[in-house]
Amino acid sequence: MTTVRRLMVGAAAPALAFVVAAAVTSVVLVAAGDSPADFWRVLLSAPDPRDYVAIANATAVLYLSGLAAAIGFRMNLFNIGVEGQYRVATFAGAVFAGQALLPGALNTAATILVAMAAGAAWAGIAALLRVLRGVSEVISTIMLNAIAVSLVAFLLQKVGRRQGETFRTDTIPESSWVPSFPLVPGESSQVYGLALLAVVAGVGFAVLLNRTRFGFDLRATGHSESAAVASGVNVRRMVVYTLLLSGAVAGLIGMPELFGGSHAYGSTIQTGIGFTGIAVALLGRNHPWGIAVAALIFGYLNQQASPLGVTADISTEIIAVTQGVVVLSVVIAYEVVRRYRVRAEQAEVARQLRRERGAQAVSP
Amino acid sequence: MSPDAVAGGGNAAPAVRLTGIAKRFPGVVANSDVDVEIRPGTVHALVGENGAGKSTLMKILYGVQKPDEGTISIAGEEVAFASPADAIARGIGMVFQHFQLADNLSVLENVVLGAERLHGIGARARTEIERISAAYGFALDPDELVETLGVGQRQRVEIVKVLYRGARVIILDEPTAVLVPQEVDALFANLRELKSEGHTLVFISHKLDEVLAIADEITVLRRGTTVATVTPDTVTAHELAELMVGAELPTPSSGESTVTDRTVLEVRGLRVDDAAGRALLDDVDLVIRAGEVLGVAGVEGNGQTELVEAVVGMRSAVAGTIVLAGTDVTRRGTRERRESGVGYIPEDRQRHGLLLDAALWENRILGHQTRPPSVRGLWLDRGGARADTERIVDAYDVRTPGVDTTARALSGGNQQKFLVGREMSGDPVLLVASHPTRGVDVGAQAAIWESIRAARRRGLAVLLVSADLDELIGLSDTIRVVLRGRLAGTFDPRTVTPLELGSAMTGADASEPA
Repeated sequence: MTTVRRLMVGAAAPALAFVVAAAVTSVVLVAAGDSPADFWRVLLSAPDPRDYVAIANATAVLYLSGLAAAIGFRMNLFNIGVEGQYRVATFAGAVFAGQALLPGALNTAATILVAMAAGAAWAGIAALLRVLRGVSEVISTIMLNAIAVSLVAFLLQKVGRRQGETFRTDTIPESSWVPSFPLVPGESSQVYGLALLAVVAGVGFAVLLNRTRFGFDLRATGHSESAAVASGVNVRRMVVYTLLLSGAVAGLIGMPELFGGSHAYGSTIQTGIGFTGIAVALLGRNHPWGIAVAALIFGYLNQQASPLGVTADISTEIIAVTQGVVVLSVVIAYEVVRRYRVRAEQAEVARQLRRERGAQAVSP
Repeated sequence: MSPDAVAGGGNAAPAVRLTGIAKRFPGVVANSDVDVEIRPGTVHALVGENGAGKSTLMKILYGVQKPDEGTISIAGEEVAFASPADAIARGIGMVFQHFQLADNLSVLENVVLGAERLHGIGARARTEIERISAAYGFALDPDELVETLGVGQRQRVEIVKVLYRGARVIILDEPTAVLVPQEVDALFANLRELKSEGHTLVFISHKLDEVLAIADEITVLRRGTTVATVTPDTVTAHELAELMVGAELPTPSSGESTVTDRTVLEVRGLRVDDAAGRALLDDVDLVIRAGEVLGVAGVEGNGQTELVEAVVGMRSAVAGTIVLAGTDVTRRGTRERRESGVGYIPEDRQRHGLLLDAALWENRILGHQTRPPSVRGLWLDRGGARADTERIVDAYDVRTPGVDTTARALSGGNQQKFLVGREMSGDPVLLVASHPTRGVDVGAQAAIWESIRAARRRGLAVLLVSADLDELIGLSDTIRVVLRGRLAGTFDPRTVTPLELGSAMTGADASEPA
């Protein structure tokens, strides 16, 4: 197939998925007695400058979360525990940063490492259970999510300060904050400085996966574990490394907000990002660019849906239905496209062989 | 063995007549202009190299696929099958190459499964199975668990299954592929019994001696079309082979011995256990020297898979040592062994040898992740891998549009040629080859044999496991037989006969000729 045709076929799957998702969402709206027209008018209206910033921040965070999930997915490891790893890591980072053991930017850098280590350690529990006891990482990471939420809430009461009805960790000293930068001229709200971590992580992911031996082993194991074993990959070791890496990236999710917005860990922490990341990774096909597009779409949908209740009297929860259907239909559409590609490629091989045979027949 | 007299009346309508059958689908050799006439009460062999269209044709006859053109008539009546159920209703049965039996069920349960309406699942069914078993000399106990049966008996269960469903025309897809010579003789006795009772047998094979021994008529397929129908008394195996390939048939012959006295692989007292601690391999000793091909014969499931995996490092040894070129590698992993020069052609190339959905150049890296030209330090060398893939494609005649094509798109023979080329890369000292030409066409087979011979001349040591006795005899310098996890006998391929090997493989003969 030519590159152009390959790209077009690749784009057909998500396009198809969005058409299906739009149809299903409209049907749900009609069934619930809401107006699809209002819904689409609100959703497709041009975002305000303020919204652009919010979408950019959401995209960065979702991208990191999608990346964390995708690292495991590429090896057929289902790390459903990104949420738990993110909570544990953000809490650990906030506590560390609040101590101000190091001055200024050094504190920031050290905190990021602490958060990555904490996320990796939390994922490492699932990794050890898997390689030493054969426990499915799906089960263990789901359970570790619940444990993470309770554990962090418990520890927060131990080390945090009471603030009204809730607790929060010590505020990070101002010298360690990371300044935000303007996205839209003249707009007061700004994009978190550490949102750029998403770019760094994305480039790192792409390079690691496609250019290094480790990435090759990881992808090979994902393609076919039996073939990877026969080629000399130590699959147990790869499981541990991959889950640690996935957890470490999950540890980055909370950093833009921690250093750019909240400056402490408290009850205002965003929940559910880890789960959305799974959907983002699926939609983005575990591909660095694909995840970026998927994160942008999810960020856009979330932001655009927020005024639904006010302006169209439609519950904003409907957007979760849309997102869910997008993911489901995209999984199906990708499979359809994959089969089409296999057939097309086999046909090409057959054509080639016929040409060669023809040539042989002419010159015996 | 003289061919049986052609049975069946000349005037009776053919049991099966396929006229002008054509089937097209992308990427696969299709059928076109296929005409076959199978007379009732005969054994009709269908031969052709892999990819000649035998399987497609049989799937059409068994109702799995519909022909794009052409007609099928059964006993003079034109039919159209929408599914195998229609074919079964017309008295057509199929015995697949890969048995479709539930190990944990009894013979009776396996036979009635899916056909409970015919004779129930109790006494009537048992009587019917016993009747069939007695009528054709199958000697099957309906209550025996299938997991306790040998390969030959399992095959008879499959045949009983189709007879139980009332089949008059029985298609046997490569029925001898899994059998040792003695079992083949028993199968042929069963087939003659079936024939004498008026059944029609369609025998698919590419083992020409067997075809000549059992068939009344032989139809040859080449590139999807029927090229000839002959009787065994009018052709030789050689002529048949030429009809199949349209060219001279390759034979494995290793020529001058190239064995040196430099030991490459030395295995001592090797024991490998299964998860329950039972020995799959025990007390295995073997030595392979540079330039030597050591062939291992054995009925499948006697430990040859475990032997290969232990040598490659995919299974750990419970006891014993494996010394590769002077270094004890018993405790080393697969990667380290590969780095010290072990090439591996696995039994199941799709499961263990290839990443089917990855491009060929990425498959070039597989198994060579730590060695040039595909990597440089910790980084992949994409250019190097691509260039070397081009080299393999040229040198081993891999038919592919390019190195970006996924492995899945290639035919089995081309996948295998690529695999052989890859495993010969990087100057291996030991090649572990498990069924290297299984399921590949004659052309690819010849190419693979030639590659192994050429590497042997350069001093490669080869551990060759194969179910194809001709291949073993033709390529090996020494043949060992594995039986129930132990190496049972040592044979000289220049003097051994397939019959002697067969005896050793089944344990019928305990003596060890030098």
